[in-house]
Amino acid sequence: MATNNSQHISQQFEMELQDIRSRVLAMGGLVELQLTNALKSLKTADFELAREVIANDHKVNNYEVSIDEECIQIIALRQPTASDLRLITVILKTITDLERIGDEANSIAQKALNVADSDRPKKNYRELSTLGKHVKDILHDALDAFARMDVKAAIAVAREDEDVSAEYESFTRSTVTYMMEDPRTISRVLDLMWAARALERIADHSRNLCEYVIYHVEGKDVRHLSVDHIEKVLQENS
Amino acid sequence: MAEQQSVARAIDIESMGRGNKLNMENEDICLQVKDFNLFYGEKQALHNIDMSIAKNRVTAFIGPSGCGKSTLLRCFNRMNDLIDSVNINGEMLLDGNNLNGPSVNVADLRRQVGMVFQKPNPFPKSIYENVAYGLRLQGVNDRATLDNVVEKSLKGAALWDEVKDRLHESAMGMSGGQQQRLVIARAIAIEPEVLLLDEPASALDPLSTLKIEELIYELKDKYTIVIVTHNMQQAARVSDYTAFMYMGELIEFGATDELFTNPRKKQTEDYITGRYG
Repeated sequence: MATNNSQHISQQFEMELQDIRSRVLAMGGLVELQLTNALKSLKTADFELAREVIANDHKVNNYEVSIDEECIQIIALRQPTASDLRLITVILKTITDLERIGDEANSIAQKALNVADSDRPKKNYRELSTLGKHVKDILHDALDAFARMDVKAAIAVAREDEDVSAEYESFTRSTVTYMMEDPRTISRVLDLMWAARALERIADHSRNLCEYVIYHVEGKDVRHLSVDHIEKVLQENS
Repeated sequence: MAEQQSVARAIDIESMGRGNKLNMENEDICLQVKDFNLFYGEKQALHNIDMSIAKNRVTAFIGPSGCGKSTLLRCFNRMNDLIDSVNINGEMLLDGNNLNGPSVNVADLRRQVGMVFQKPNPFPKSIYENVAYGLRLQGVNDRATLDNVVEKSLKGAALWDEVKDRLHESAMGMSGGQQQRLVIARAIAIEPEVLLLDEPASALDPLSTLKIEELIYELKDKYTIVIVTHNMQQAARVSDYTAFMYMGELIEFGATDELFTNPRKKQTEDYITGRYG
């Protein structure tokens, strides 16, 4: 059973669900902005921007806490069933992943502060910003799939995540070579590796969002399955 | 690697029990309804109902008022025989035997298929006599036997501790929740095979309701239970299988946890989530 477009008899409940959905999207928007700014601060050595990202992290946390509370209210007062129940479950999980993405953006900003003073070897930054752009797109598409509850888009994002893992590995390999060539760069390059690691984690969290979208729409739990396997499960379901 | 994990997880899911969800194919069948239609005069109230009720399970019927769920429930012990304008066709089998067959004695059938109604209806007699009534009707008058059955039935209905010191007081002085459990004790005193419950808790307060629900859970070891309820959370809590009916048709029938988390039909979804159809 797919998501349901007809209206609830209880207008109040209808509004509560709409409100909570739009707040999740607002939280997603904020997290996306945090990531964009964190990456920008790293690339341009912008202290101010990095500090802003770090300062804004509490806003992401506040969203998580207050949406959590709203979900618990709905469970207690409305006893949601079927697609409503799946939506609430999915929101509770989604905001946890969004909050973690926020934390990762925060830690990228921390690394930006660490490396802002040191020499800036161009090659590493270029590779990191390619990875960064890719991950930013993935997060954006995942939020988009969530907003539209679009299973096809969700699967496409899950596939992209598999590419990111490969890019991350190749970045790690090249930085290791770099460190061996010039040990003086080790501490700086390690910071960049941590930033890359944060990006890889963000792609994983984005993939989780997509799995929740699939659960909400199809009622199938596809966590920890390969993309091919997910497609097979969904085919059997239809 | 990913594929390997994927397959490993699929196997895990099965071994962890998510694969052996309730499935009608693995059940012993108690009641079977085959292409069943019912008319009140000209008006058709049940349309081509086909379903099986599993033995020693709780099956719940949900649906809006007038959808036919009570009508169908009443067919299981031929309560509709009392209404002149009712016509039926199709089959209804209890343990494989047509319960509308010409050789079926209705009184015997109702001994096998007991019923409890929305409003508790104890007889204006003592608690003891209410429970012993069915046996007395069958000609059992031996005191020891009756004592034994009354105690066992009241225990079975989770009422014994509350009434054991006042068995010979009038049943009319009991609370609504106690009266309803007394009626259930009366129904199980004659050891039926099936218990039909028509909105058994809708006139009760929340705590008495929970006691009835707990009782239903305990009784299913011994009896096949069919319950009609307007309270969907109740259906979700107490039943193994749920049937959703709408305008005389069986729209969806399946394992309760599946039906309440991921219904197949939009009509079911709309009803249980409280949406406009």
